[in-house]
Amino acid sequence: MKTDDLSSIILTLVTFAPLAGGLLLMLLPRRDRDIRIFALVVSLLTFVLSLHLPVYFHLPVYFNTGFHYEIDKQWIASPNIHYHMGIDGISLWLVVLTTFLTPLCVLISWKSIRDRVKEFFILLLILETALIGVFTSLDLFLFYFFWEATLIPMALLIGIFGHERKVYAAVKFFMYTMIGSVFMLAAILWLYAHTGSFDFVLIRDQIMRGAVPKFPAAAQWLFLGFFLAFAVKVPLFPFHTWLPDAHVEAPTAGSVLLAGVLLKMGTYGLLRFNLGLFPEQSRQNAWWVMTLALIGIIYGALVAMVQPNMKKLIAYSSVSHLGFVVLGIFSFTQAGLNGALFVMLAHGISTGGLFMLAGILHERRHTYEIAEFGGLAAPMPVYAASYLVIVLASAGLPLLNGFIGEFLVLSGAFQDKAIYGILGATGIIWSAVYLLWMYQRVFYGKVTHPVNNSLSDLSGFEKMAIWPCAAAALLMGVAPILWLGTIDPAVQAALSPLVRVASRVVGQ
Amino acid sequence: MIVTLALAYLQRVPQSADYARILPEIVLAVFGMIVMVLEPLLDEEKGRKVLGWIALAGTVAGLGATWLMSQFPGLAFWNMVQVDGFSVFFHALMITIAAVVILSSYEYLAVQRIRAGEYYALILFGVVGMALMSSAIELVLIFIALEISSISSYVLAGFRRHEAASAESSLKYFLLGSFATAFFLYGVALMFGATGSTNIDSIRAALQSGPIPLLAYVAVAFMFVGLGFKVAAAPFHVWTPDVYEGAPAPIVGFMSTAPKAAAFAVLLRVIFVINVPGRVRLIWVAAALSMTLGNLGALVQNNVKRLLAYSSIAHAGYLLVALAAAPELGTSAAMFYTAAYAAMNLGAFAVVSHFANAGERYVTLEDYEGLGRSSPLLAATLTIFLLSLIGIPMTGGFLAKFYVFSAAVKANLIWLTIIGVLNSGVGAYYYLRIIVVMYMRESRKDVPVIPVPFALRVALASCIAATLYLGIFPSRVLQYVQDSAQQLVRQAPPEILNPELAIRVHGASGLRGQE
Repeated sequence: MKTDDLSSIILTLVTFAPLAGGLLLMLLPRRDRDIRIFALVVSLLTFVLSLHLPVYFHLPVYFNTGFHYEIDKQWIASPNIHYHMGIDGISLWLVVLTTFLTPLCVLISWKSIRDRVKEFFILLLILETALIGVFTSLDLFLFYFFWEATLIPMALLIGIFGHERKVYAAVKFFMYTMIGSVFMLAAILWLYAHTGSFDFVLIRDQIMRGAVPKFPAAAQWLFLGFFLAFAVKVPLFPFHTWLPDAHVEAPTAGSVLLAGVLLKMGTYGLLRFNLGLFPEQSRQNAWWVMTLALIGIIYGALVAMVQPNMKKLIAYSSVSHLGFVVLGIFSFTQAGLNGALFVMLAHGISTGGLFMLAGILHERRHTYEIAEFGGLAAPMPVYAASYLVIVLASAGLPLLNGFIGEFLVLSGAFQDKAIYGILGATGIIWSAVYLLWMYQRVFYGKVTHPVNNSLSDLSGFEKMAIWPCAAAALLMGVAPILWLGTIDPAVQAALSPLVRVASRVVGQ
Repeated sequence: MIVTLALAYLQRVPQSADYARILPEIVLAVFGMIVMVLEPLLDEEKGRKVLGWIALAGTVAGLGATWLMSQFPGLAFWNMVQVDGFSVFFHALMITIAAVVILSSYEYLAVQRIRAGEYYALILFGVVGMALMSSAIELVLIFIALEISSISSYVLAGFRRHEAASAESSLKYFLLGSFATAFFLYGVALMFGATGSTNIDSIRAALQSGPIPLLAYVAVAFMFVGLGFKVAAAPFHVWTPDVYEGAPAPIVGFMSTAPKAAAFAVLLRVIFVINVPGRVRLIWVAAALSMTLGNLGALVQNNVKRLLAYSSIAHAGYLLVALAAAPELGTSAAMFYTAAYAAMNLGAFAVVSHFANAGERYVTLEDYEGLGRSSPLLAATLTIFLLSLIGIPMTGGFLAKFYVFSAAVKANLIWLTIIGVLNSGVGAYYYLRIIVVMYMRESRKDVPVIPVPFALRVALASCIAATLYLGIFPSRVLQYVQDSAQQLVRQAPPEILNPELAIRVHGASGLRGQE
């Protein structure tokens, strides 16, 4: 009984708990230590609350809309905007990923952020609310609301707490995503004008029934409007140029959330809205989207390989990994979509971990240049071991999380067209090349720069931040069924309209 | 015969309800005169304090009078004034704007050593004109109200009398402004020629009754020139940056919101009630031009006042988008937008005028460097207004833009919407520049940190509250503007509303026929 009560408001609680914490934080005096502890407590509390979601996620209780923990209240009468939230197997784990990474971000910033501590943690907590909101909203207005709300805290985090070229990176990040998303706004407004609702479920049903006037003529443009916003965010080649800049200049916590969660907003959007609302157009456009994804996989990997800068290398590896996700989504196969979702989660954990590890090194040496290091395994054994686990997870070693997702994506791509699978598979080889080569140059051999001899190993806070990532990577690799068990039915539901239109499109 | 005439005359004597329908104007004018009378009796220092509070009391009384006025909906003074939800909304909006401007002027006047008497009186008189503009339904009365509001703005623009820029600002505004009002008057005259009336309702009736004469198109174009100048819409926007740069900062906040809202009120009434011919094409062009030129101009500005001047041109463009949409939805979107815009723009200018210091020394972007560190609260406040101007969720600016574009899409103005959303993307860049210099650069100049005085705090707090309220809980305001828009657009045909109008429409011949 009690859990039922909680279940009806749990999404609101999880979404707004960080914001409430951030607002309280504004009132606290500027004592840095208290602020850090408070931020940690808030983010941990949010994580614990969010664990309610998978624990009470009963598959049989799939309501007719296909969403769980739904809450639907009118927010504004006219225009008809609802506070409509709900999650399914697709968004469930993305929410948990967000709440899982945020405490780690707080921990990793414990020592590295010394200036304007209060502002930093306020922005971090506001960002968390916006991110969770993106994954939980089922009203297009509400979704856009949170989508845009992520921009400001992220841009400020980069611009205030970043490195040398922070302002350039922050403005570039902001402008790219802002301009990308205004097209989505136009598409949302069109949908509202012709359906009278912002509700995702209602609009989807109306489109399925063919009850939206003028839809066939506009659908391609609407698809592109949504697609552009998401493609910039993913980022899909050729919209990726903001990513390396933003990542290199961002503070560690910013990079972690950027790679771990913000990029997933794009792929989540593609999956939820492009596939959900425009199945027919998704089919028609799949060939060039998949081509772009393949270019992204290979191009990202090749560019990553030659990067002298560790953080840039990880950034380009994200371009490559996110290419896998898009490839999986647009293969329209059960395995491909399952894999895409799993890569999203795995990439969040392992790339988040990699960014934290890079940040730890930067804190000690104030550089990301790979050439500045070498033979670090001797002075920093624990660090090297943790790094190895995360690198192998990212490279897709079996028994770690990266493998499962990429395997599923590739098998899905093979089912679609063999050539996609073959080209995609080379990506796995590339990722092993650039990651292991980087690992070798940084950790093996003799210590090349004498300063590196005196580097200290992981501190307590750093261990607390890194080890959960490594543990999660291992758990996801060993027992993927824990995740796939809820992902699978949701993907099936998402695929059913695509299967329905498939015969029509193929028949043409 | 004589009895009929006498009865008609008696009917024309204003009733007491008629006075209630212009009560806010009366109250504001009385308070303005009190300020003028008291001014010579007080010395300069004391005058600033006392007169400011009197003026503020005037606005509060004006708001009370507006409430009273709202209890007497209907026509007054021989069908020249109409009280409906629409005019009540704009009365309340403009009087509130005046109150906020007065609050944020206390400190400014003291720092700039400006005598307070005429300043506050002119603000109050200006509001009288603007308020009248929103309830007048007679083009000649609209013209008179427009002049009342314009003349006070001309003078107020030149209030930093020791600065050449301010004198230039005032003169430029005056010369171009009178030119523009002349256009409006010419348009009114032509409209009279085309339809035989200057009453908005009768004009509509006349235009609906037969083929639309070419003269009516010309008249509409001329009136649009005059009003387009007042709202700073392209291509009549060229005066804006210079005038805003020279005028006192709080007055710029005032000029960019209240007269603009008043001119938009007139535009809405004239355009939607008359249902003017060729509306969509005319406004489409002006809206697209204003948005684009405003945003592009703002990109390269280094002076914050000039930057916000260009931004106000762009926002006039967004507002015009609403005027191109369907009447009912367009009116309510435009009403909501003026309110949201007033809240955020007034707030931004209040911060700018506080920060400018004596002689308005600190108004360039470099001066704002490091503000996030030296006065975090002020910087955060300005950031909220800038985010609202960009149109970031949780702020009134976001919802206003959303609503306007939503109305445009509904009217099938897809291309105008795309131009609009792209523009708001471009616009984000220059607002962001201010945020960037405040938070991401270190101060290179020695800009003194001055604590924010109480009155200004109240002004800023109310602007923030309004911005967030309109962004998060807009339901009630939206409901109100929708109701009044509906009332405005779907008014009963004039014949039923008032038999007397029939005489006006048919002119003197009709009267003779009765005899």
